[in-house]
Amino acid sequence: MVRVLDEDGELVDGAEVPDLDDDELVEMYRTMKLARRFDERAVSLQRQGRIGTYPPLSGQEGAQVGSAMALGDGDWMVPSYREHAAALVQGLPLKQTLRLWMGDENGSHIPEGVNLFTVAVPIASQIPHATGLAWASKLKDERDKAFLCYFGDGATSEGDFHEGLNFAGVFDTPNVFFCNNNQWAISVPRERQTASKTLAQKAEAYGFEGVQVDGMDPLAVYKVTEEAVAKAKDPDEGELRPTMIEAVQYRFGAHTTADDPSVYREEEEVEKWKAKDPIPRLETFLQRTDRLDDDAITAIEEDVEDRVADAIAAAEETPRPDPVEMFRNAYAGMPQRLEEQLEWFESVRAEHGDEALLED
Amino acid sequence: MGENLTLVQAVRDGLRDAMAEDDDVLVLGEDVGKNGGVFRATEGLYDEFGEERVVDTPLAESGIVGTAIGMAAYGLKPVPEIQFSGFMYPAFDQIVSHMARLRTRSRGRFTCPMVLRAPFGGGIRAPEHHSESKEAFYVHEPGLKVAIPSTPHDAKGMLIAAIRDSDPVIFLEPKKIYRAFREEVPDGPYEVDLGEAAVRREGGDVSVFTWGAMTRPTLEAAENMADDVDVEVVDLRTLSPLDEDAIVESFEKTGRAAIVHEAPKTAGVGAELTATLQEESLLHQEAPIKRVTGFDVPFPLAALEDYYLPEPERIESGIRETVEF
Repeated sequence: MVRVLDEDGELVDGAEVPDLDDDELVEMYRTMKLARRFDERAVSLQRQGRIGTYPPLSGQEGAQVGSAMALGDGDWMVPSYREHAAALVQGLPLKQTLRLWMGDENGSHIPEGVNLFTVAVPIASQIPHATGLAWASKLKDERDKAFLCYFGDGATSEGDFHEGLNFAGVFDTPNVFFCNNNQWAISVPRERQTASKTLAQKAEAYGFEGVQVDGMDPLAVYKVTEEAVAKAKDPDEGELRPTMIEAVQYRFGAHTTADDPSVYREEEEVEKWKAKDPIPRLETFLQRTDRLDDDAITAIEEDVEDRVADAIAAAEETPRPDPVEMFRNAYAGMPQRLEEQLEWFESVRAEHGDEALLED
Repeated sequence: MGENLTLVQAVRDGLRDAMAEDDDVLVLGEDVGKNGGVFRATEGLYDEFGEERVVDTPLAESGIVGTAIGMAAYGLKPVPEIQFSGFMYPAFDQIVSHMARLRTRSRGRFTCPMVLRAPFGGGIRAPEHHSESKEAFYVHEPGLKVAIPSTPHDAKGMLIAAIRDSDPVIFLEPKKIYRAFREEVPDGPYEVDLGEAAVRREGGDVSVFTWGAMTRPTLEAAENMADDVDVEVVDLRTLSPLDEDAIVESFEKTGRAAIVHEAPKTAGVGAELTATLQEESLLHQEAPIKRVTGFDVPFPLAALEDYYLPEPERIESGIRETVEF
């Protein structure tokens, strides 16, 4: 397993700090802090009924931010549904993530110029898309783009994981398959997904490299992802472009706000993993190497508090979308029957008024 | 000028013209390359356009459709083939969860302009799972278009229209009539608009709505009863979007209707047509609407296939029930 920092934030013997300057390292820390604070507030907003079901990411900031920062300007990201921090790094405003989990498709209207695919909810179903996006890029003779796809440990049991990685090997597509192995697929542990010793070793069956990395070590994650991205664009002679990365990590919270993890896992296990928390680990390293001091940490904490508050305010100030949007976006042009349904709906809406139609 | 082509030749001609006019169009699937497809629908395309545009894939339907979705979102126009429509189910999640919804989910940032082709329907003495007609699954899914040509001319024109369309199209090809007859097919690309039905036979007594391979036995039934009943046959051609105007216009002229499809009766597209006529044209209705369909059983093997599929005699009996009501 690749590691750069140990659990106390010390450099592992023989490990090198990846090629990031001081500002970038501090930015990595700031983004992880921002993601953690966002996550805490989002869970709380769900408890207050201000957003809908939400999948928390606490514990996984190192894997998400470390990998996302390793992508270049032209590279693409294909998320599952928990990669709010990675999407933020890729350019999706936090407000949009909140809008999505508030139940507004506009949260998934990725801004032009942001190379981020939409959230995919059915497990592993986004993996073939990532392969297809990368394949299309290769067919267009682009050779300067990598396509990183996130999925979880449970996804490796799905057929689409196999089909997506198998196609990637056969057609040698510029992909990085990034498995956030957080140990739990809702209530089912990693051991129940596969008898394979590691998830990374599955890559071997597809003919390309698999790497296991400490997913709670953002520097190690950055390093292996950067290497995989470079290989996707320019592999050595006889080497295939794709890589599968298994980032070993833990989700501190529930699968989503709809489940209670105390039903299926022991608190001792959670505590054991909390000792590996990626944020204090990076913080300690940055402090010991004089890249960060207490004043800077305080300033960062105030900054992330403000940014999360601003995102929440902006999301909550956004009005409910007009229902005509759901009619307009099913097809490029509205079919006649759908137009008739819209027309009838608008007449009912006019007759009764929105207050009567809406539950709350 | 044109050529006399069979339906499967017209599909191939349409693919070739679409690929020639647009470099972004590519074909992928099982055995579509060197082998030219198990029904020869892609024969010759591999030699003409090369292995990057006519791609033999691993044997994996979800992978074929899932990667095609990624390609479509990235600006290509993939035309994946599933070897038989009965093998689309491993890709069903990709079709309904993503292909149909990408535009809606992303509010138009990503779209899925692709055409999923599959040979469809019964009548060729095939093994189990090779005779399915489950068009209703796809018609029920918003975001998809569903086209089923019944003639060589339409097959080429509708396929080109589907490939040029900016939304995903399920293109079901009635394999029973792949080689049943020839028809003059124009050279070069042309479109037959999706969403437009065709009146195949004009008549004043009863309207019969059908599509795909059922069009020919329906026309034969109409001819067989021509001495005493004047049957209008409407080939719907596209089931989603439905040409409601054509359906209503024909029905309001005749006041009687039968619907012929080879799919099972319950919750088939015939049920949707019946409900539509009730909603739109109740006061024109003079008799119960008769559905002549496959039965509510899994499609049988070859020995019983002829009993399962509507043929001219059964269709005539059904039409007469509504005419003589």
